[in-house]
Amino acid sequence: MTRVTSWLVGFGRFWYRFIIGDDWTVAASVAIGLMVTGLLNGGQFPAWVVMPLVVIVMLRVSVQRSKRTKGDVGVTRTR
Amino acid sequence: MTAILPVLITAFLASSVEAIEMVTIVVGVGATRGWRSTLLGAAAGFVVLAVIVGVFGLALSAIPIAPLRLIIGALLLVFGLQWLRKGVVRVAARGFAGMQVDANKDTDVWTGKGVDWTAFVLSFKGVLLEGLEVAFIVVSVGATAGQLGVAVASGAAALLVVGAIGAVLSRLVARIPRSFLQLVVGLLLTTFGSFWATEGLGVSWPGGDVAILGLLALYLLTAVINISVERRGAHRGRLTVNLSEVAR
Repeated sequence: MTRVTSWLVGFGRFWYRFIIGDDWTVAASVAIGLMVTGLLNGGQFPAWVVMPLVVIVMLRVSVQRSKRTKGDVGVTRTR
Repeated sequence: MTAILPVLITAFLASSVEAIEMVTIVVGVGATRGWRSTLLGAAAGFVVLAVIVGVFGLALSAIPIAPLRLIIGALLLVFGLQWLRKGVVRVAARGFAGMQVDANKDTDVWTGKGVDWTAFVLSFKGVLLEGLEVAFIVVSVGATAGQLGVAVASGAAALLVVGAIGAVLSRLVARIPRSFLQLVVGLLLTTFGSFWATEGLGVSWPGGDVAILGLLALYLLTAVINISVERRGAHRGRLTVNLSEVAR
């Protein structure tokens, strides 16, 4: 691998870790939630409901995922 | 005089609301990740803000704030949700009694020599977005009433007063256990993030800015439910382990 390629890979990895973090499903669900909010905007359905629902669901999902991947100091590791 | 007073009060109060949001983010990030990079980010935010205000001046109101809100809100939401998850898991694991963590052992406190870019960017974004909103308020209120000088003074006074209160509070915040602080900052970032990102799409919140308090209460309730579910699960796990040890 050339120096430029490895620099590009490192650069991309830094931004991936920086923006996406350790659970990509959080970033993906935020992006999808915002797209749905944008699509619903202007219609009969109150579009502001979408993001709070995404937060409530994704917090539960992400907590469960972190226990499986042992990414955090979770309750399963404190025994 | 009658024209000056309404401009003074309106610009001060409206700017204070934005300044509170700015200071909340900076103090929260500083207490959780460390102060050096957070303050560097805040300073960089003020420099960029000063350049933008200097270049655009009265034309500032022409800058589209909605895309900025959407991008910054989405990023804060992604950061906030991950901090919130870590806060929930750690508070559930250690409880309120054992949450004081040694800064050197806490993976979220930056102990390296360089800049902590997470802290830098979070406080930079907070200062830039909220600072721009203060500038918009000052320009729109001041220019509309023909009292730009009064509005600028009011906006600057609001930033100074709220900033000073934040500086005093930061010492108190530093005494709060880190895991609990992570939970609180995660809650705040998630709240502001979902509010701004949704507003950036042109969606109006019921009650306007008051919706921030509603979101905060909703997310706090969600976090508390998650913590109690996790603690109950851990308790059940311990019982199972004890029973299997007795059986052996």
